[in-house]
Parts: sequence; structure tokens; C-alpha cells
Amino acid sequence: MSVVGAYGLQRALELGLTRSEYELIVDRLEREPGTVELAMFSLLWSEHCSYKHSKLLLRTLPSEGRYLVMGPGENAGAVDVGDGWALAFKVESHNHPSAVEPFQGAATGVGGILRDIFAVGARPIAVLDSLRFGEPESERTRYLLDRAVGGIGHYGNSIGVPTVGGEVYFEGPYEQNCLINAMCLGLVRHEALIRSAAAGAGNLLVLFGAATGRDGIGGASVLASAELGEGDAAKRPSVQIGDPFAEKKLMECSLELLERDLLVALQDLGAAGLTSAAVEMASKGGVGIDLDVSRVPLREEDMEPFEIMASESQERMLAVIEPSRLDQFLAVCLHWEVGAAVIGEVTDSGRCRIFDAEETVGDVPLSVLVDACPLYELSPELPAHQIYPPPERTLHADDPADVLLALLASPNIADRMPLFEQYDPVVQSRTVRRPGQADAAVLELPQGSAIAVAIDANGRRVAADPYRGTIETVLECVSNLACVGAEPLGLTNCLNFGNPEKPHIAWQLTESIRALGDACRALEIPVVGGNVSLYNEGPDGPIYPTPVVGIVGALSDPARAGRLGFAGEGDAIALVGPFAPAIAASELAKLRGQALPSALPEIDIAAVTATQRTIRDAVRAGTLHSAHDIAEGGLATALAECCLAGAVGAEIELEEWSEAVLFGETPGCFIVSGAPSALRQLDPHTPHQIIGTVGGTRLAIGAGETSIDIPVERLRQANGSLAGLFA
Amino acid sequence: MKFGVVVFPGSCDDVDAQLACARVADTVALWHADHDLQGVDAVVIPGGFSYGDYLRAGAIARFAPIMTEVIDFAAAGGYVMGICNGFQVCCEAGLLPGALLTNSSLRFVFRQVSLDVVNPETAFTRALPTGASLSIPVKHTTGRYYAPPAELDRLEAAGQVVLRYGAGENPNGALRDIAGVINEQGNVFGLMPHPEHAVDRLRGSADGLGLFASLRDSVSSLVGGGR
Repeated sequence: MSVVGAYGLQRALELGLTRSEYELIVDRLEREPGTVELAMFSLLWSEHCSYKHSKLLLRTLPSEGRYLVMGPGENAGAVDVGDGWALAFKVESHNHPSAVEPFQGAATGVGGILRDIFAVGARPIAVLDSLRFGEPESERTRYLLDRAVGGIGHYGNSIGVPTVGGEVYFEGPYEQNCLINAMCLGLVRHEALIRSAAAGAGNLLVLFGAATGRDGIGGASVLASAELGEGDAAKRPSVQIGDPFAEKKLMECSLELLERDLLVALQDLGAAGLTSAAVEMASKGGVGIDLDVSRVPLREEDMEPFEIMASESQERMLAVIEPSRLDQFLAVCLHWEVGAAVIGEVTDSGRCRIFDAEETVGDVPLSVLVDACPLYELSPELPAHQIYPPPERTLHADDPADVLLALLASPNIADRMPLFEQYDPVVQSRTVRRPGQADAAVLELPQGSAIAVAIDANGRRVAADPYRGTIETVLECVSNLACVGAEPLGLTNCLNFGNPEKPHIAWQLTESIRALGDACRALEIPVVGGNVSLYNEGPDGPIYPTPVVGIVGALSDPARAGRLGFAGEGDAIALVGPFAPAIAASELAKLRGQALPSALPEIDIAAVTATQRTIRDAVRAGTLHSAHDIAEGGLATALAECCLAGAVGAEIELEEWSEAVLFGETPGCFIVSGAPSALRQLDPHTPHQIIGTVGGTRLAIGAGETSIDIPVERLRQANGSLAGLFA
Repeated sequence: MKFGVVVFPGSCDDVDAQLACARVADTVALWHADHDLQGVDAVVIPGGFSYGDYLRAGAIARFAPIMTEVIDFAAAGGYVMGICNGFQVCCEAGLLPGALLTNSSLRFVFRQVSLDVVNPETAFTRALPTGASLSIPVKHTTGRYYAPPAELDRLEAAGQVVLRYGAGENPNGALRDIAGVINEQGNVFGLMPHPEHAVDRLRGSADGLGLFASLRDSVSSLVGGGR
């Protein structure tokens, strides 16, 4: 066994490796790694790159399905959407960079996920985001929100990819550690999908796009794989800086290179920069690489070889091409004014060799660099008591009308348009349903059919019950798709959790992934890929466990895509689904300052999926005028939202009157409207009842003598509370 | 009849503009680095961020090789329509009066707004129904129309204010609710709203189509008149 030196170990620990990991490296190399090699190990063996605490669990997720075209393991997964087209999609986190520098953190989060999509050859056609912040009363929250939304818009708007949807929630546990997850969808012909595995000894390794600087060094290891804490301001240099104009040119250049069939393999540079990109390509292809850092175009002079290998400078891609194609390759780059340089070549050595001109600065077998990274089994343990303190009570009223207005004004329910207005949802001329019009976004495809997409998460309910909360999250997303008439094709996820080395976090993660697998198997939706973000903890503790799911679905006729707002005076309103609402863990419980329950009610997945099918079929048949699922704030809130979106009132008569009926939450239930004759034709096996009529300018909800009666304009005033955050 | 849509490397709505133009006439793309207008009958400068707009929106684009040709084309009476970033480029190039400043909110804004057609007699509005109010989206950070008061008076008197935001719908603080203006000769038109994103009711509105149809009709009558 080789001897571990004190200096090398000290450096390794500073870079985030553990003692045993360093000893393993020394043992396998039969020597101590050099400076460049150690930097590469620390990046590739970081949680962010290696998934060493989650990989064993992720392998349990189902990744097979009839629409699957490309599963996990590539830059993005893809499903078939008909007529020879595939849809590539993925969601990814950029939490820690955004917590440290929200504008650039969020902007480069969007830039990174866009590159993942065009790295598989797909043209990005839509972006969605999932955001979590602390309570808006906090100055830090308002700063993070304002800057993160600005950053997302800055990048997405400037590059010409529409932001078609998303969600945002405000809860105390995200105060220090906000979540910025971005999802991107891209369209590609089946035959044009490209993978990242390098092949062909003698082929060239070409780096193209922006020059390499010192920004973002250690982003993956320093920022993304450790808890947040004091002194984070000093980590700002680890946050990358985005340039959407450079990415726009890089995207068009990459897509043209693909169209001209000039590439053997393509990979974007994201976390861990050149190290990750080059090593992943070589490892997947089972080949070797020689790479010369002196040939990398630099933004600043005198960069050390390890800095060049670790830099996370944005807007860069790495391609493998045949030498005979180089001239054509460079001509395309010249047209788009994109820089390019041959920096190495593919070998059959099975080794990653790094040169600085004549000098060898790294020479490691890929089998050690990639495959030797240990995978850790977690030690999950159900916590003895609830680890999250109850939220502060903000609502003292009991009168149902006051409660409804308070819920509509709650930051988690209030109208999202003040955020969405900062994003362009229509560029590329595909958007049939934009934010505020329906529960899911709908985009037209080239041959006239359409896709729908939604992104969902509910940290508070997952915190109460990681298993059932995660099941609910998947069901909620499918319900949103059902409301526009879409059938799910595939799912991507971003698992945002705390430190998995702590037994209670390990338990949350284990239960949540088990639920994700069970839900996807029950619904027959493949998981096409995703991302894991761990160590989301601040000085006050972990975030709520937040599995974010993005699901894409298909619908054949975009002209019949559902809307959420009530439409026609005199339409009947029906409540559809297995309605069993409960207050525990609801938005109302939060406003009342109630502690989280120890579990959520059991869910009848079969009953929920049957209801979703009924809604989907009715929307597709064109018999409904509106469809909206009941979510945060319960039945009364959902009714108010339908009135607001349609700018019309409604009169509702309920059989039962209780806080639970009005404001309780339950998965798989919907509010629909349409001609009375159409609603009577809903599938008799699905529970449904007519509860009222559309019309007038007030929302009146009654049961016998008790009632709520509020003008729609008053509802709108309450619901507009987020506007103040962007004044 | 052939439209040309200018494509800068940072254009975003160039494809959308081509799709809209193609609904009423033949359409080609005009690459920013070329000096060739390919014999087009009208030029559309689309929305987006031309060269990143890091200096000032449209300030660099105004010097693009293709813009030399567009400026000559306009001087010879050719029709030019600048949409959003294209409007900014036209102002920077001196093809249109006034300037576009940062929105009064200091933020990017996307919104479906209603527009009043103030002058239905122009080459760009002639096919619109009389008294039309158009539902068309805006999306920009730099769209607050500005000119000195005396200049605004002159523009209004000369019928050069073509589009105004409907009452209470001004999204950016534009002076006198101005959304679109035309030059004195009546052949260069700039507007902040995006008519190319209002050409299909499936996607929300088809009210923008009339602007492209007007331009087609204007070119046709010009050609018919033996230009």
C-alpha cells in the first residue's frame, strides 16, 4: 500500500474529499496524485458529479416506457412525441450559487440546462422553473426573489427561449438556502439525437464557445456539495457569470454543426468544467483522451493547469470530430462568431492524460478516476419527533370569507403574474397556453399536435410525510396535465434535500425516492433523468425535503387544450374526484401556525388516476369549458381562481359546510364547468356532483344558511398581493 | 412580393417574424454580415437582442453591414418595419424620430395589451378595419418612447403617431402612450408591440396579421403603380 503524505491529505480535505477517499485514490494509483490530478479527483468525486450518496437509490426508479427514446445517463432524456420528433427534457438545480449570488446563479442555472438540451441535438423550445424562498417579510427573501427572477428573465428572454411556466413557494426553512431549479425542453428529430460517448482513436477533441477564465472554480465541490454557512460571501468567486448572447451564438452554432452531421459526440461544459466534460465523454465511450491545457483559449493570462481543468466558465461545449471534418467545423464556428480550438484527441489508452505543452501534468486510468468513486449506502432513521418548527401564525380570523381572502393573498397562492410578466412566454411561436391561462403550459408541435408540461413540488407536505407527500407531488403534476387534456409521457426530477449523511435526511431521501418509483410505476411514467441537490442546509437547519417533478404530456388537438377560467354565463360547475379534504399540512394550517402532522392521509392512487383519465378524456372531447385541479387552499380557493381567470362570478351550493370542505386539501380532485348536459355525461364511475352555476360578478358559496359572498374584484385585490414585492 | 427579415446573431423573434410574413407573402432571411438585400420589396427588422444589447439597445446593430443597405433602401422609399429591438435599431439609425428608454418599472415586461390605431391611413395600417383596437403582446425592457414635447406635438400633428396603448394599458411609461411611430415620408414604421406574435387565434390573437397584410398591399399598389 502506498503511503499517504500529510500535505496531500491536507489538500484533499480542503477540496472536499474524505480521508478514506484520498487513501483509496493513493492506493489505486499506487502513488499520491499530482496537483492537477487531485483537483480532478476532488471534482469528479464530489457529490454533485458522482451522486455517491444517491446513485444506489436512483437505480430503483423505473426508466422504461413505451414512449421512451433516451433514458438516464445522457445530458438529457427524451420521449417520442410523434411524427418523427422526440422531446428532450431535464430539470436541474442551481441552488447554492443562487443563494450566494442570486442574479448570476439563477441566470447560469438557465444557461446550464439549455446547454444540456442542445448537447443532445435538440433545439430548446421552453423553460420552466421551480423556486423556493423564505417568507417574503424577510429582506433577504425579497432580495433573493427579485434578483433570481431577474436572472432567469435576463438569460431566457435574451436567448429567445420562452419561459412557459413554473412555480414558487415561500416557507421559512428556505430562508438561507433558496432553491432555484430550472427545466428545459427541446425538440429534435429522432435520427438527430446525439450522445456524449467519445469514439474513434485519433479523432479530435474540440473546445468551442467562450474562452476559459477563473470564474466558477470549485463550483461543484466547494459550493454544491457542502452546507451553506457563514463566510459564504467569500465564495462569490465560485459563482459563474452568464452571457446569454454568447450562448445564443453557441446554441445556433451547435445546432448547425449537428445539422451538417459534423460531430461524433457532443457534451456541454457545466459543473466541473473541462474535467467533467472530457472525462465523461471518454469514460462513456470506453476510450482514452489526451488533452493539452496550453491549447485552451484563455480569458486571462497565467492560469495554472488545474485552474483550466476546473474552471466553470459558461457557454462552452466540447465535441469529438473526425480530423477530416475540422475545416468545415471551423467554418461553421466562424459564421456564428464562435471561438474554437483543438485541445486534444481520443486515444485507445483507457487513460486521461493531461499535458501542459510538453509537460505531462496528469496521467490517470479512467477506471480509477470515474469508476473507483465509492457509492455510499445511507443510514436512514425515522426522526423521533418533527424536525421542523411550526410556522409563525399569521391568520387569526375564523369567518370563512376572511379565511378565503387571507388564503388568496397568501404568498403561496397569490397570483403569479408579477413574476411571469418578467419572462417572455411566446417567442418561437408555439405557445398555445401561457401562464395564467391553464394548469399546464401547452405548446404546438410542427405537425399540428401539441405537448403540455408542468412542474410541481410541495416541500411542506413532503416534510410531513416524505412517502405520501412525494406521491401527491407526482399526482398533482399529472392532474395539471389532465386539465389541458394531456397524457403523461415521461418525468424528470430534481431532488432537493439536506445533508444525506444525517440519518433523518437520509430517511427523507429514501422514502421520497421509494414513493417516486412507486408513483411512476403505478402511472406507467418513465423517469428519463434528473438531478440531485444535497446539503441544502443553512445555520438554522435543513430545507423542507423538496422533490421537484417535471412531466411532459401529449395532446392531439391544441385547439381543444383546456383552460382554467370559467367561461360561459349559465355553465354548470362540477366537483369531480374522490373528495376527502383535510386541514393538516394545508396552506390554512400554515397560516394558523399549526405544526406539521406526523403523516398525511392514505392515497387511493387508482381512484385518482381514474379521475384524471375522466378529466383528460372530457377535455379532449371538447365538452368542458374549463378544468382546474384543487390544490393549495382547497375547494373554495380553486373556485375563486376559476372566477379570477375567467373574470366572472359563480354561485355554489354545497351539501356540507365545514372548514375542511372549504379549505382542506386532497389530491386528485377537480373543478370543471360546461353545459349541464355535458357534465351529466362525465364517466359515471368517477365521483362527481354539480355544485353550482357560472355567472354574475360575485363568488357566492353557501350551504343552507351559511355562506361566503364576495365580489370577484375583491378576490382579485386580495390575490394581487405579490405585486408589492416587485414595486 | 418578397419580405426580407434581418437576422442578427442575437435576434430572437426573427423566425417568428418570418413565419408571420410568410402568411401573406414570400419571405427570406437577411444575414447581418451581408450587404445583399436579395431584391426584397420590404424589410422587417425583428425583435431580440441584435448583438447582446450590452451597450445600448440597437446601438451596435445600427452599424451592421446589412444596415448600410437597409438605410439606403429606406432613403430610396423602400418600406421598413422595425419591431421592438428593430424599432430601437431604427431610432439609433436615425430612420425614425425619438428614442426608446428603459421602462419606468426598470423591469422586463411581457403583457398582452390593447392598441388603438391612431392613424389607419399609413402603408402599415391600411388593411386594418376602421376604429380597430388590436390585442398584441409587448415584451421588452427598453420600450418607453421618448421625444422632446415640441417634437411630440409635431409628430401628432403630422399623423406620425400610428399606434397608442389603450387607456390604462401603457406598460412602460411611454410618453403620450405612444406604441408605434412612422417617419415623415411614411415608409419606415417602428413599434414596440410584437404583431408577429398575434397572427393565429390558436395562440391568442390574430390582430397583428393586418399590419403585415397592409404592408403587402402597399408594396403591391406601389409595384402596380409602375415603381
